[in-house]
Amino acid sequence: MTSYLQDKQLTIALSGEIDHHSARETMETIGGKIDTYLPALCILDFRDVTFMDSSGIAIVINAVRRMREIGGKIRLQNIPAQPYKVLEAAGMAKLIEIPERSGT
Amino acid sequence: MKYENQIQVTFPSKSVNEGLARSIVAAFAAQLDPTLDELGDIKTAVSEAVTNCIVHAYPNEIGIITLKAKITGDGVLDLTIRDKGRGIADIDQAKTPLFTTGGAERSGMGFTIMESFMNELRVTSQPGKGTTVHMKRKIVKRGERP
Repeated sequence: MTSYLQDKQLTIALSGEIDHHSARETMETIGGKIDTYLPALCILDFRDVTFMDSSGIAIVINAVRRMREIGGKIRLQNIPAQPYKVLEAAGMAKLIEIPERSGT
Repeated sequence: MKYENQIQVTFPSKSVNEGLARSIVAAFAAQLDPTLDELGDIKTAVSEAVTNCIVHAYPNEIGIITLKAKITGDGVLDLTIRDKGRGIADIDQAKTPLFTTGGAERSGMGFTIMESFMNELRVTSQPGKGTTVHMKRKIVKRGERP
């Protein structure tokens, strides 16, 4: 998982298949980065995510919670069709702003 | 029911097998010539069902998961995911969005996603004996697609 910090803005690029098998590590890594950098805005980039099930919902909810705790904001970007559908089905639009679907 | 093709796979409830189960079903479903969208829906539903077995049916042990996939004459993919684990006492509660006994790592959206991504979902369970998840998805023939 790659990430970069610029002007208190932390971008974390997720990749590969996000399922229960990989979720704990991903969740801990994101939590660790937020705790370390205390960003004002955390951006989760889904461009390289090839599959996501409801484990990804738990990851996003945890990141939202963590960012709220430190008074920051969170944004999702570049969400491919399959993860987008899962986020939509789980009603995530009520909790967080989900951008328009990008590309495939 | 009459079927045209079927497979059955059994595997231990290890999380590394979630991806394997998705890939097996996707490869089997390929003969129905599904769209990428349909394939994504099916893989997601399988992932949810198998994850439930791993997290909830066998919380403290490794048990056996049986996955059956059938193709019926009318182009329907018919999936059965069965475990012999702990079982679900209250299926309606388990299906409630956001309800989970899995802690912060789970979202409680598994059944909601299975229900919205498949045409049919049936869950039968006996506490102490196991759970069977049965789901169906019609694959629209290429010529009949809108």
